[in-house]
Amino acid sequence: MSVNRLEGEGAIERERTLSFKFDGRRYSAHPGDTLASALLAAGVSLVGRSFKYHRPRGILTAGSEEPNALVELRSGARREPNTRATMIELFDGLQACSQNAWPSRAFDLGAVNSALSRLFVAGFYYKTFMWPAAWWEKVYEPAIRRVAGLGRASAESDPDCYEKVHAFCDVLVIGSGPAGLAAALTAARAGARIIVCEEDFLPGGRLNGDRHEIDGTPGSNWARTAVAELRALPQVQFMTRTTVFGAYDGETYGAIERVSDHLAVPLAHQPRQRFWKIVARRTVLASGALERTVVFGGNDRPGVMLAAAVRTYVNRFRVTPGRRVALFTTGDDGWKTAFDLLAAQVEVPLIIDARTQVSAALLQRARGHDVQVILGGQVLSTAGSRALRRIEVLDRGGRVRRVRVDALSVAGGWSPNIALATHLGMRPRWSETINAHLSADLPASLCVVGAAAGEFSLAGALRSGAAAGREAACSVGFAAPLPSWRTDDELIDSTPLWFVPGSRGKAFVDYQHDVTAEDVALAVREGYRSAEHLKRYTTLGMGTDQGKTVQLNGHALLAARTGREVAEVGTIAARPPYTPVAIGALAARERGRNFRPYRFTPSHRWAEARGAVFVDAGQWRRAQWFPLPGETDWRSTVAREVNTVRAAVGVCDVSTLGKIDVQGHDAASFLERIYANSVSTVPVGRVRYGLMLRADGMVLDDGTVARLAEGHYLLSTSTAHLGQVMRHLTYAQQVLWPQLDVQLTNVTEQWAQYAIAGPLARTLLEQVCADALALSNADLPHMACAPLRWLGQRARVFRISFCGELGYELAVPARCAEPTVRALMQAGESLGVTPYGTEALGVMRIEKGHVAGAEINGTTTAQDLGLGRLVSQRKEFIGRVLAGRAALSAPDRPSLVGLKPLDPQARLTAGAHLLGMGAPARLQNDQGFVSSSAFSPTLGRWIGLGFLSRARERLGERIRAYDPLRNLDVPVEVVQPVFYDPEGLRVKG
Amino acid sequence: MRINCPFCGERDLSEFSYLGDADSAKAIASAAQSEREQIDAVYLRANPAGVHRELWYHAFGCGSWLNVTRDTRTHEIFAVQLSRERTP
Amino acid sequence: MRYSLFALLRQGLMAHRGWTPAWRDAAPKSAYQVIIVGGGGHALATAYYLAKVHGITDVAVLEKGAIGLGNVGRNTTIIRSNYLLPGNLPFYEFSMQLWEGLEQDLNYNAMVSQRGVLNLFHSDAQRDAFVRRGNAMRLHGVDAELLDAAAVRRMLPFLEFDNARFPIQGGLLQRRGGTARHDAVVWGYARAASERGVDIVQNCEVTGFLRAGERICGVQTTRGEIRAETVGVAVAGNSSRVAAMAGLRLPIESHVLQAFVSEAIKPLIPCVVTFGAGHFYISQSDKGGLVFGGDIDGYNSYAQRGNLPTIEDVCAGGMALMPGIGRLRLLRSWGGVMDMSMDGSPIIDRTPLPGLYLNAGWCYGGFKATPASGYCFAHLLARGESHELARAYRLERFASGDLIDEKGQGPQPNLH
Repeated sequence: MSVNRLEGEGAIERERTLSFKFDGRRYSAHPGDTLASALLAAGVSLVGRSFKYHRPRGILTAGSEEPNALVELRSGARREPNTRATMIELFDGLQACSQNAWPSRAFDLGAVNSALSRLFVAGFYYKTFMWPAAWWEKVYEPAIRRVAGLGRASAESDPDCYEKVHAFCDVLVIGSGPAGLAAALTAARAGARIIVCEEDFLPGGRLNGDRHEIDGTPGSNWARTAVAELRALPQVQFMTRTTVFGAYDGETYGAIERVSDHLAVPLAHQPRQRFWKIVARRTVLASGALERTVVFGGNDRPGVMLAAAVRTYVNRFRVTPGRRVALFTTGDDGWKTAFDLLAAQVEVPLIIDARTQVSAALLQRARGHDVQVILGGQVLSTAGSRALRRIEVLDRGGRVRRVRVDALSVAGGWSPNIALATHLGMRPRWSETINAHLSADLPASLCVVGAAAGEFSLAGALRSGAAAGREAACSVGFAAPLPSWRTDDELIDSTPLWFVPGSRGKAFVDYQHDVTAEDVALAVREGYRSAEHLKRYTTLGMGTDQGKTVQLNGHALLAARTGREVAEVGTIAARPPYTPVAIGALAARERGRNFRPYRFTPSHRWAEARGAVFVDAGQWRRAQWFPLPGETDWRSTVAREVNTVRAAVGVCDVSTLGKIDVQGHDAASFLERIYANSVSTVPVGRVRYGLMLRADGMVLDDGTVARLAEGHYLLSTSTAHLGQVMRHLTYAQQVLWPQLDVQLTNVTEQWAQYAIAGPLARTLLEQVCADALALSNADLPHMACAPLRWLGQRARVFRISFCGELGYELAVPARCAEPTVRALMQAGESLGVTPYGTEALGVMRIEKGHVAGAEINGTTTAQDLGLGRLVSQRKEFIGRVLAGRAALSAPDRPSLVGLKPLDPQARLTAGAHLLGMGAPARLQNDQGFVSSSAFSPTLGRWIGLGFLSRARERLGERIRAYDPLRNLDVPVEVVQPVFYDPEGLRVKG
Repeated sequence: MRINCPFCGERDLSEFSYLGDADSAKAIASAAQSEREQIDAVYLRANPAGVHRELWYHAFGCGSWLNVTRDTRTHEIFAVQLSRERTP
Repeated sequence: MRYSLFALLRQGLMAHRGWTPAWRDAAPKSAYQVIIVGGGGHALATAYYLAKVHGITDVAVLEKGAIGLGNVGRNTTIIRSNYLLPGNLPFYEFSMQLWEGLEQDLNYNAMVSQRGVLNLFHSDAQRDAFVRRGNAMRLHGVDAELLDAAAVRRMLPFLEFDNARFPIQGGLLQRRGGTARHDAVVWGYARAASERGVDIVQNCEVTGFLRAGERICGVQTTRGEIRAETVGVAVAGNSSRVAAMAGLRLPIESHVLQAFVSEAIKPLIPCVVTFGAGHFYISQSDKGGLVFGGDIDGYNSYAQRGNLPTIEDVCAGGMALMPGIGRLRLLRSWGGVMDMSMDGSPIIDRTPLPGLYLNAGWCYGGFKATPASGYCFAHLLARGESHELARAYRLERFASGDLIDEKGQGPQPNLH
């Protein structure tokens, strides 16, 4: 079965055999194989079909730059579409399927598109599918969408988990080829803290793919020894299967470690992948270079493979892509492929070098193997239905000959792999020397070495790596000697051939997206002549490989067609990530119920035990209501809670409200600048309602200001606005008025707080703390506060009420929360006490006309909220000036009103708009909206608060609450926004 | 991006929240400003492509407000100072 | 040359050799009636409507690089008119109506796809705010539907319903919303404007303004001085920079917004979905990639790239909403520089300098506005007065207090 497996030693464990399935057929492989090498070994060259024309496609590369060999890996909820066969480390039981082919990859009906390829040129869809207009969504687009896309996503929830890790180091080395290893060894030996990230599961880079010698030992052995030395050093973290995918500001790099992708499923408690955020003082980019193809007819046929990839398969995996392999090269480097194949007893009938002059040493060596050499030759086309059968070669004399081969290795030259060196916006520069882009304008913390810096020889890679390692170590305070290694001389001459002008058949400049040389010509003809326009019009380079192997050829073609040099055409900025990254890995643990933390009040367990139903209030879980056994309708539960508070007493957990402790000699003067109403005149032991504005005059928040001592205040804020208020206050304290002596502390979580409200509130409280505190109206009147000892702790009582009844709030240290609420409930048992939740609280605040989040929505002024009278005219405070702008005091500006359906049975809904009676439902007639509504058990009807134009003149007027979204249109009366106890007598009871 | 908080040391961007133009604070703090001056301070903030003096809040750290000098094109940070200790 | 299936077939027979440039790559003349600074979607649309509606064809569009590579080529391509406030709603609905006839008008398939925009809500308060918005839309005759959780589940069964931190309660659906192919919008407007005589001048960077006293009477560029009776600026992202050349300071900050696309997959997501409990919105392009985004990075930036905290936040939002995308891969991320205005709404207005007009402050919502923005800006440039639908987008509104603040965040641009 392993028809193409070679004899001899590579980096695979021959003594062990693994079994896997591709498209349902069973094959075998060895540990150390990738899916690509295993398929090649089995003689499988057709791996899938292309995006648009459904052309047969095979394996082009041996790395993450692979554009063609994309498969669906695994199945069910673990299905991973578009996975590169070249990066899939083989494991026993692996299952993969080809993509974009039906009914099978060998016989694919989609290939009919190839016949229509005259129509399906670049951008054809911009020119048609416009008539009739309604057909786009109904006919054309669904058809296009069905054929587009490659693999299929599993719509099921990803069963695996991901981790996120932060790491810090002196030197980050990206890549563990010869340059990376030299850099890491040099810096590590000096003592620097190093992280090495290697994308492959086998470190060594090209040392595994090529037959080099370093200091007299094979390169792969040298790499193994170097890695062992690094791994033994405590300050070195050496990570394989780890791709650095992006460079970010602040010397921060993102990397993905594929912890378990080489296993069938992750081990227990292991993540599938780990997302590393690495902060490095210095970074050495040793990411190597990427070999390019040449644009010639049929350069996409299965069997056409990049020359360095062929060497990797031969030397590392001991696999040959064919039994009769020709070479098409533009440089000396490609010849190595021919010699490695020959050394492995593979027939090499022909070497076509596009150059007319080639080193005599190469020619002599080829002649020694009886290989025919064509200098100045070009491959015009390839043939073969599902695999390569034959190539057509044009020689210098203009003669075309056909040669039977089953594989063709193509060496189009090397492009330094500098994507990570451009993520921060640095534009690469064109090098005439290497005919490719090099990184430029690098920050001081980043150094590019080896082939990534255009050093294509092994000696150059080792030398530049070591120099960079030493420099990096020195810059972070370590002295490093410069090592040196002995290597062979190499021939690295090369002359680019971007495309073969007389190509026959489709010549691809983007394999994955089926972009051809003809498409580039068409784009130029139609004026899409900048590299960006070309990319966007033809989709060149927009595939999952970001055009790594062939985009430059496309640009060279563009340059030729527009009479420019390649350098003038510019390049497309590489976008992170370097290779595609699983979305789940970037989210890591933040999914499902762990998307955001839960915040629980300190007596949450008590509420749970009481059967509370909870609601999300930001991150808080708050008790919404407390159903009693037998209560099935939440409305009746809430009505009972409201009625009990109004008639007897209830207890509500209000711990989530913000609490900010303010102290200092200038606390009073500071708060005067913060609040719109006067607060410095609050006597010690008293509480006042406070309203704060943003700088633009809109209301930021409301709450209470309690003066606990001369220079000591406690502010309360709404639950939702605490963060904003804290930011606002610290801004005022530190930025606006740093000269003031005032300290701010957010003590929200330090205190648990309970509202005890209702006519029997005092009776209840007296039962639990009469001996600690006098609670009579004389001793503790409405809007007073006092300290007390409670359960042996310092606690506070505030006589304040949100629901409009006689009310207290008892604040206790958070650790006393549970005993406190239990004590309150026990004391109230004989009084008929009920715990009540946010819903009842909301109903009662609407009954009282108190504004809340729906009204303080960031677009309302104090005047809009009916609180204009509170705003001081006698002092300076944040927001005073801009609140006075003309439009903010215009009479037709909507302001707060109460709303009551004329029909007592009718439901009033928040979000309804207010229209004049009889006015057509049009935007021009929109006069406001309902901000809050509730069924009031106290009044036995629905009521609401809203904002209405010219509200003051309109009390008693009948208008419409128009809610077409819910099919409601309710006549309502405009009333004062206080429905219950308008005189406010009950709170003073 | 990483900001070197004078209290906490160098910390990741995710710990901070941003306010913007540091100069806008002067007018807001000063009671004597006219409506026009306040409008300009609140709405017409500096927005250079280049060096920008701006306010950041170490919200998930020590709670300090920081005056940061940063290049808005490269995100290079030149200076960080505690707002409360800033010499006017 | 008119585009049609017939033309395509005919060209197919002649190897497509007969196609001509979609737009003329013009060299600048020394003077024009109207100059539009910027070669993005809004600028090209403005040029097109100047020619089409007002008959003004002596127009130059000046672009410092190649057209359409700013925000119009970097957005997540969503179009919708689900706005709340009377200053915005009629404008965006007009834009939606222009989208609906755009292809036939331009003879260029911009792939306007009305697949629906669904805003999910997760709390009663959020529902009430959405209902208020949906009712405003209905008052203006715009389609809006309120879906409950069951209806959302029928429509998008792969969302997280059973293990959510913030369970989906329902959604506000605008079926006429959807997406368009952003580059095609650029090319379509450029082609149609060019055909009507507009000069599209690329690689022509404006470096200053020419003045006659107070009046602006042209621009200095890297390709020489060009005079004009009227100069309009539509360079969102760089508005402050260009305005500064005229000595103006704008109520705008430049912020970076990142966008993301996954590898292409077979159809999964039928419409545009926005997550209400985090910063995440997503749709699937015709090519198969999931196109998604979230919040702006939050600091002033002229760099067209962002940082990891936002990327993590966006992906976390995505996983919280649809945990089935965990194994799909993020293919590319990029950034665009947004004109974040101080109330979250745009500016289409004259400036204090006679002859100079401004189209700016689109925050991250400029793409959907492209047709109406061009239409109304053309009206302003041609007539010297605001189009009725853009009357609220005045520069002076910050001074007068006539703010158009949909989110209620106030003068804190990074929160809009």
